[in-house]
Amino acid sequence: MAIVLEPPPSTTAPDADKHAGTPAGTPFLRRPHSSEGFWSWVTTVDHKRLGIMYTATGFAFFLLGGIEALLIRLQLARPNGHILSANQYNQVFTMHGTTMVFLVIMPVSVGFANYLVPLQIGARDVAFPRLNAFSYWLFLFGGIFLYSSFLFGGAPNGGWFGYAPNTSIPGYLPGRGSDFWVFGLLLLGIASTAGAVNIVVTTLNMRAPGMTLLKMPIFSWMSLIAQFLTVFAMPVITVALFLVMFDRNFGANFFNPAAGGDPVLWQNLFWLFGHPEVYILILPAMGMVSEVLPVFARKPLFGYPVMVFSGIAIGFMGWGVWIHHMFAVGLGPVAVSAFSVSTMFIAVPTGVKIFNWIGTLWGGSLRLTTPMLFAIGFIVMFTIGGLSGVTHSLSPSDRQQTDTYYVVAHFHYVLFGGSMFGIFGAIYYWFPKAFGRMLNEKLGKIHFWLTFIGFNLTFGPMHILGLQGMPRRIYTYDKSLHLGFWNMVSTVGAFIIMVSLLVCIYNIFVVTPRSPRVSADPWDARTLEWSIPSPPPEYNFAEIPTVHSLDDYWHRKYTEDDEGRLVRLPNYEAVRASSDTNVAAPGQHIHMPSPSYFPIVCSFGLVVAAYGMIMGHTNGANYLVSVVGILITIGGLYAWGLEPSAEPPEEHDGEHGGENAPPQPAHLGASGGTMALDAPSTAALPPGETHEGGTES
Amino acid sequence: MATTTTPEVLDESPGENPAEHGMSPVTNTGVSNEKLAMWSFLGSECLLFGALISTYFLYRGRSLTGPTPKNIYDIPYTSISSFVLLMSSLTMVLALAAIQRGDHRRLRLWLTATALLGTVFIGGQVYEFTSFIHEGLTMRTNLFGSSFFVLTGFHGVHVTLGIMMLLSLVLMSARGRLPQSKVQVVEIIGLYWHFVDVVWIVIFTVVYLIPSPVAHSTRPLQIR
Repeated sequence: MAIVLEPPPSTTAPDADKHAGTPAGTPFLRRPHSSEGFWSWVTTVDHKRLGIMYTATGFAFFLLGGIEALLIRLQLARPNGHILSANQYNQVFTMHGTTMVFLVIMPVSVGFANYLVPLQIGARDVAFPRLNAFSYWLFLFGGIFLYSSFLFGGAPNGGWFGYAPNTSIPGYLPGRGSDFWVFGLLLLGIASTAGAVNIVVTTLNMRAPGMTLLKMPIFSWMSLIAQFLTVFAMPVITVALFLVMFDRNFGANFFNPAAGGDPVLWQNLFWLFGHPEVYILILPAMGMVSEVLPVFARKPLFGYPVMVFSGIAIGFMGWGVWIHHMFAVGLGPVAVSAFSVSTMFIAVPTGVKIFNWIGTLWGGSLRLTTPMLFAIGFIVMFTIGGLSGVTHSLSPSDRQQTDTYYVVAHFHYVLFGGSMFGIFGAIYYWFPKAFGRMLNEKLGKIHFWLTFIGFNLTFGPMHILGLQGMPRRIYTYDKSLHLGFWNMVSTVGAFIIMVSLLVCIYNIFVVTPRSPRVSADPWDARTLEWSIPSPPPEYNFAEIPTVHSLDDYWHRKYTEDDEGRLVRLPNYEAVRASSDTNVAAPGQHIHMPSPSYFPIVCSFGLVVAAYGMIMGHTNGANYLVSVVGILITIGGLYAWGLEPSAEPPEEHDGEHGGENAPPQPAHLGASGGTMALDAPSTAALPPGETHEGGTES
Repeated sequence: MATTTTPEVLDESPGENPAEHGMSPVTNTGVSNEKLAMWSFLGSECLLFGALISTYFLYRGRSLTGPTPKNIYDIPYTSISSFVLLMSSLTMVLALAAIQRGDHRRLRLWLTATALLGTVFIGGQVYEFTSFIHEGLTMRTNLFGSSFFVLTGFHGVHVTLGIMMLLSLVLMSARGRLPQSKVQVVEIIGLYWHFVDVVWIVIFTVVYLIPSPVAHSTRPLQIR
């Protein structure tokens, strides 16, 4: 439900709490109400906490995926390596790819969207806070579920693309890894779809007064497009995974060539999902970079509307290029030519973006801070990756490159050199907002340069290796192929990246906590999230701002003189200082959604069901475990539906009376505008799940 | 409880927000969050059924062994159960109209009727599946079996979930937890129900009515 601002208190001061009625609690669980400690994090529905949890969890998985990458590089460092067996190597590279795509870049981008979109659009939370918590827990459980496969007979080993019938016919691949892969990705798909619906609705419906779509910060725009893509791409892979599941568990024939099944169907479904997925991974990072550059170039983003529309164009065209992943399959000249052309076309809006970033930098007074370095690194690395991508659109040369290390080089330049550089820049840029302390700049710059050097050492040589003909997904190669030198360089580079990560971790966990606190607006930035204290209060905005222009906060601080030069407004200092004290006045009543147990209960039930499906593979009776899991989820959904999104205000007053949490104006009285942020979740049903009981809030 | 706490919030159309702030332009879609979320979810569902229907379409006539659709479908039987399902959209509309009028007795009546018609449809599907299995068509038999059971099965699960939601509404209404202010809940679940019906029209056409190409052929993929 939209935030609805009740009429401001009239002189008669109507009792805002009168409508509270009987505070009927949920039948079997008392509503959680702690705002500190372990349980407050388990039951939280605060978008900022969930955003931090998403990002932190994604970062933990990034380390796991990084360790897998190091194992791959150790194995390949020298000819005839024997650190891993062929099967172990398959598991490691499968988990590396799956982790980096589904457990790192996607959730970290969603985490940033979670944290930032409400702040950037001037909202107090997302549209469906509990659904948000559900998405996070399902993502965490899905990740743990995937990694638990290492304990239960081996991790997935069919590649992150899971080509059928290799994955669909039991026995083709050793172990049960493919089952874990199928169900893990189904869980993560439900989580991302629910999260995406949430962010789409939030962005479309909950913008502050005056913030028309073309006054919306560019990161929110790019997140919106990426989340739209998630909404529409996820069901496609869900179907593909279900088909594999029916083949594996119930003996269906979808990908069984012996029964006439067609393995190309898998590739079509997977890449029809897979290519929009590529843009799901890169668009948020493009948004992050587009926020960082204007702040540190002290110029507005060059061609903002063009940036928005090129993002939309990428979002649409991303659906029409998937065959370029399949040029070597043999689809015939018509399909290949058509998709060659469409692939060349999609480089146009991407190129437009690159020129706009350069235009933003051009003539700006650049401040080369760590976020800025990562943003510039992004432009350079992403351009290289984009150019090698265009070489794939030429199907004759693509046939030479398919399944070689050239492709590996290409997508690491766009996913690491692109998405991860953008994400690192964003971490340095928004860290002071989230935690009130600046990450150490000196260590940040060391981190950047080590990453930059290590990254290019690792993935640059892969272009050469690929053109020399080194195939992907092989666990070793012979000395006579003379591939040893560049492989060794690549391995050295990978370890430099790991060292750079250790510097980053040292910075975050050891150095920064001892650094002094910073003001609300340490970077002299442009967007609304900097107009509130760091870290922001639970309710974000004491008063919902009214927006007059793009980069509204900037225009409160700066203007241009007659010659177009930037000048500070007289109240510059006052505006920045007021951002630090932008908290609710005593007596102001802000009603926020209450924590809940049920999101985690519902997601837990789904994971139990997934384990049951895997156990059922060996013994049909174990499918009962799945039934139990589904019942847990359904029970959780009913309880969720019957629990109001926000507890009635009186109950809050009673329960929180003695809290000393930072400004808790919600409990200070009943005067002032009451904010009923009401967010039930009936409407957003993850695929295959439902939420009976209806909207109950 | 929610019923009593925040009805005015549900009633309020978000489109009214800007009015409170003077001349500000509209910064929302004018559709409530819940409804917008349902529409996005249904958009997602379109791709889900789109992929399943494409799979069925791709494999039409490519089974290497029988039975084939021709010798197993009972079109008149399925037409009747399709008719029953389509009629349930009518009763759903009547249910929504009833709560809009504040007629809670009729609301429960029509919701129950909708759920009942859905149940008849599901019963028909169970009977159909059983008789197909008796005639030797299972998911394992051939491509037709695999794609038929998975596509119609997915639809059946959707109908079943819809029935559960409808019955939950009936229970809520009977316990007085579905006041007229919550008309939107009925509307949103109605959206879901109508969507599932519309999908069935497509499935019925594609799966049952359009005759399969020559059986047992091993024609190459269309896309090649």
